[in-house]
This record gives sequence, structure tokens and C-alpha cells, in this order.
Amino acid sequence: MDLLYFEDFPPGEVVEYGDMEVSAVRIRAFAEQFDPQPFHLDESLARETMAGGLIASGWHSAAMLMRMSCDHFLTRSAAQGSPGIDELNWLRPVRPGDRLRVRRTTVNARPSASRPALGIVDFSFELVNQKGEVTMTQKNVILFKRRPAADGSAP
Amino acid sequence: MSLFYEDQKIGAAAALGAHTFSRESIIAFALLYDPQPFHLSEEAAKASIYGALIASGWHTASVCMRLLIDWRDRSRAERAALGEPLPQLGVSPGFRDMRWLAPVRAGDTIAYSTRVESLRETKRPQWGLVSSRNIGVNQHGAEVFAFTSAVFWERRPA
Repeated sequence: MDLLYFEDFPPGEVVEYGDMEVSAVRIRAFAEQFDPQPFHLDESLARETMAGGLIASGWHSAAMLMRMSCDHFLTRSAAQGSPGIDELNWLRPVRPGDRLRVRRTTVNARPSASRPALGIVDFSFELVNQKGEVTMTQKNVILFKRRPAADGSAP
Repeated sequence: MSLFYEDQKIGAAAALGAHTFSRESIIAFALLYDPQPFHLSEEAAKASIYGALIASGWHTASVCMRLLIDWRDRSRAERAALGEPLPQLGVSPGFRDMRWLAPVRAGDTIAYSTRVESLRETKRPQWGLVSSRNIGVNQHGAEVFAFTSAVFWERRPA
């Protein structure tokens, strides 16, 4: 199968993908390892907190978005990672039983000035629940290799 | 000093502790949340711009979160032992400017620290917002990770 390269991410494109069901077991498993706060660990303790009930760690939401992006396009692409995340907003809680998907908008795409073999693609991601509510937004670039020329030479 | 919003000081800094990223833990995290080739095997990583296995940036960030929570829980336990009231825990509205400045490779030990950057009141009278710059430095002294967090922090009851 052909890999997706920098040239395959035209600015303005909007795509939706993923269907991930969030269980209390997975919320707790992530939280026990990385974010052991009461509102991520125990439903009855969580009811007494600002969260009003068990909610997924925001870092778990980010990790779930990452996994859906990997499954949908990154692992069949020439992606070379990312220098960071410009901003990430947790807008609504993610709770047990929620079903999440991703809406991805390609904001901008430009060749790398310092590394001619790479291109830089600016994405805006939204994590959307089963009611169509946006629970999280994330803005970041991802680096991709540029498509090799037909003769196999690097760009 | 107690731990309510009013007790937080801009510039207050703390070492959070260090974490060594084993090859096994890098791959285990990647299999669950970020299965890109350069996070899964040395062999596959050779074809990437990194040339060797590196930790998922979300793994680096999640470990920082764990150390932040452990540090805060230690502070709360110390204050509780003195019989002081503790603020309720707040959630976070998000973060800014996360940078993965250099790869975290198998065997690297990252020392994390935090520093309060800004304090502001919010529309909710019970809660202030504390913003901090959190960084990770590897065993060679190179900063590899940084982000600016924001957490709702309970104000001292009037």
C-alpha cells in the first residue's frame, strides 16, 4: 500500500474518523498509571468533587485522540513525529460510556525550510462525543516526508 | 504555608523527581496509544528521522503529570499532618506551548520540575487559575520537554 506523504494533506480538508468507546475500566487503568486523582479513579469519590462524577484524565483523552489518528492515517503515512502541541483545551468531561471520534481539519501545509525532505502540516483536531459535542480541541503540526520523485530521488 | 489559591506565589519552583524510560515501557505505551514505527522498535525507527527508538511525546507528558500529582499529594499530606484544612482539587481547562525539544530514548532519565508562571481569578468565585511552566531535563542536562499547564485552584473560604 502506498504511504501518505506531505503532499496528501491539502489545506482546508476536513475528515472524521474513529469510534472509541470509553469504559470505566480504561479510565481507571490510565489514571492509576499516570493521573491518580479521585475524579479519575472512583465514581463515589468523584461525585464529591468539582467533576461531579468519574471523568477520564485529560491526558487519556489526548492519548485516545492520538491512537485514533494512528489507526486512521498516521501508521500508513510517512509521518515523522511532531515538535509539540501549540494548545489543547479540555472543554467537556469524557465519562464512562461515551463514544469518541475525531474531526481533523488541515489548516496549513508548507515545505520545511531547514529540511527539504520534510513538509510541515498544521492540523486542528476536535474530539467529539456521541452527542456531537466537542470535548477537546488540539492544535499542532506533524512532520511528513515529502513524496519521492518518480525516479526515486528525494525532493 | 497552606495550599489554597491565595498561598500560591509566582516564581515558586519545585523539583518533581526523575523517571527512567525503559525500552519496555516506551513500547508498552506506544502499543496502547501511539503505535508509530519509531515508538515500537529499534529496527523500524532506523528508517525515521530519529534513527533510534524514542518515547511517544504523550508518554513523556503523562509521566510528568504523574510526578506532578505525586508531588502535590505529598504536599497535601504534609499540610494535613499539621491539621491544616486542604483545598478541594480542581480540574484543568487545558495547556499551551508543549514542546518536545529533543527525543527521549530508551534508558534516558528525565528530571521534571515546575514553576508557577501566573495567577488569575476566574468567573467562579470559589476557584482561581494557577498556570505553571513544567519542564523535563535529561541526564545530559538538555531540556527535552516543556509545557504550560493551567489548573483551577480553590480559594480560601472567606
